[in-house]
Amino acid sequence: MSLTFRDETFRDDFTFRNSPAAIRRFPFPFDRDQYMYSVNMEPHSKGPAGSATEFPIDIDEHYVSEMRERALVLQQDPLRCQSLPHMITAEWDLVELLMTSMADSYPHWFSLSRNGNDWHWINRPLGIDQKFTFGNVATLPYPPMEYITRQCQGDFSLLDQRDDNIWMDAGIATTQADWSLDFDIGMNFMEWHAPVPFAHQMGVFERALKYLLNLQIDKPVRRLNWTMTINPRLDTSPEQYPHWGKDRTQVTAENVGDKVYLRVELQGLWRLPRSNAIVFSIRGYLASLSELATSPKWARRLSRVLKSLPDEIAEYKGLSRHRALSIAWLSQFEDDSPTSPGCGPD
Amino acid sequence: MPTIPPSLYKSRPVYPGLSWIAGARRHLITADGEGALAVLELLNSADQETRNRAILLYTPGGSKQLGHGAKLAPLLPGACHEFPSIETLLFRLNVELTRANMSTRLYATGTEGFMGQVIALAQGHGVNPLSVKTEHRGSLARRVQCVHCKGFMDGVTTSIVACSHCGISLFVRDHYSRRLGAFQGVIVNAEVAEEIPAAEELYP
Repeated sequence: MSLTFRDETFRDDFTFRNSPAAIRRFPFPFDRDQYMYSVNMEPHSKGPAGSATEFPIDIDEHYVSEMRERALVLQQDPLRCQSLPHMITAEWDLVELLMTSMADSYPHWFSLSRNGNDWHWINRPLGIDQKFTFGNVATLPYPPMEYITRQCQGDFSLLDQRDDNIWMDAGIATTQADWSLDFDIGMNFMEWHAPVPFAHQMGVFERALKYLLNLQIDKPVRRLNWTMTINPRLDTSPEQYPHWGKDRTQVTAENVGDKVYLRVELQGLWRLPRSNAIVFSIRGYLASLSELATSPKWARRLSRVLKSLPDEIAEYKGLSRHRALSIAWLSQFEDDSPTSPGCGPD
Repeated sequence: MPTIPPSLYKSRPVYPGLSWIAGARRHLITADGEGALAVLELLNSADQETRNRAILLYTPGGSKQLGHGAKLAPLLPGACHEFPSIETLLFRLNVELTRANMSTRLYATGTEGFMGQVIALAQGHGVNPLSVKTEHRGSLARRVQCVHCKGFMDGVTTSIVACSHCGISLFVRDHYSRRLGAFQGVIVNAEVAEEIPAAEELYP
C-alpha cells in the first residue's frame, strides 16, 4: 500500500490539509438531515476497503504529523497522560491490542514478533525498533499506555469496571474537544458526561452504560460523535482554551470555507482480556467546509443539520459564534434536492 | 440554613447526612465550621461505648466566634482536636489515615470544599469515597480548580471568579471532580477579552 505521510502542522501556521482520497474516506457522521443525541453504537466490524473502518485501528496520511503534535502537547503538559496505579494491567492489555492490530493491518509499516514475553516491535514510519519484556515496565522508555499511544492516532482512555459502573481511571488526551483528562480522571460514566445537555434526561447515558457493562471480548463496538473546530487544531483542550478561544471570533464570510472544520470522532470500545477494563478510543478526523463541499450532498446535509440543531447543543459544542456564517457559506450548495440515504459522499 | 439543592448535575456528590456506622472499631470524624453542630447531634445520639471509639478533628473556619469547639470537647475527652485551618487539619488527617487500622470508618461534615478535600485525601489511602458519611453544613461556597494553572481556590460564592493564582477570569462549570474535591473553573473571556459577564452571587 503506497501512502505518503504528510508533513504538516496543527498549530501556528496550520498546514494540515486532506488529500482528495482522504476527503472521500472522511467518516461523515450524519445519515440524515437532522441531528440529535442517541445511543448510536454498532459492532466495530470491517468496513469497505479504503474506508476509516477497514481496520480496527485506522492509520492515515496524517499519522506521522499527528504523533509529532502529540509529543509537543505532552512536553508542554504531562498531565494529558495519566493512569491510576491499579490500571497497569489494562495498560499492558492496550499495548497488546494496538501492536497486534497495527501489525496485522499494516504489515509494511509495523511488525511485532512475540516469543513468550519477549516482544520485538518495529514501527517503520516513526523509526522505532524496540525489544521489550511484556509485563515489565522497566523495559520500555515510557509507561506502557504512554509508549504505545505516542505511536497511535487518537486519544485513548482505559475504563475500569466495578460497582455496576465504568470509571475513567487512565487515559491520554492531546486532541480532545474541550474536556480535561486531568479533571475527569477517576470519574464514572455518569460523572464525566455531566456537562452534556439533553442526553441525561433522554436516558441516553443509562442505556449506553448498560450496553457497555456487557461489552464482550472480541466484540468491539463503535459510534461517531462530532463537533466543529476553527482551524485544523487538534489540541482544543480546556487547558489551552485561553489560546484557541479567540479563533472563534476570526471567522468571516470570506474565510469560513477554509477556517471552519467539521471534527468527527470515531469512538471505538474494546473489552480487554486480562484486566476486564474497556478501551475507549477517540480517533479524530478533521475536514474543512471547502473540503467537505467537494461532495455537494455533504454540503447540503451539513447545512440542514446546522440549521435545525437545537441552540443548547450548538452552545455546548461551541458553535454559536460561527454557525450562521457556516450555514450561509454552505447555502451556495443548497438546491432543495433530497440527500441520498447513508453517510457516504455523492 | 442554606442547603445544597438536589444534584442537577450528575458529577456533584450528594451528602445524605451523618449516622453511626455500626460495628466500626474506630470512628474518625472530621468537621469544619458549622459541621460542629452535625457532630454534636451525632455524639448526643450515641452511647458511651460508641463515643469511646470516636476521634474528632475540627477546624472552626468562619464559625470561630461561635465557639462550637468548646461544646464538643467535653463529649470526647482527649479525643477532640481543634486546628487553625483546613490545611493543618488535613495534615493531621493524613497521619491518622496512615496509622488507621482495619474497621476504621470516616465521617466528614461542614462545607462542600472541606468534605471534598477530606474525601480526596482518604481516597489516596484506599478509602472508597462512597463509604465516607457526609453532611453538608454552612456556606454553599464552592471549591474551584483553575483548569489552566491548576491552582485551587476555596470559598467561591460567585458564578465567575478571578483565579487567585494566575488571575484569569473563570466561569465555574457545574462539573465536580471527587478526586480533586473541586469544581472546574474555565476562562470566561477567551473568545472576546472584553466580554466578561457580571459575577452573580449564587452560593452564599
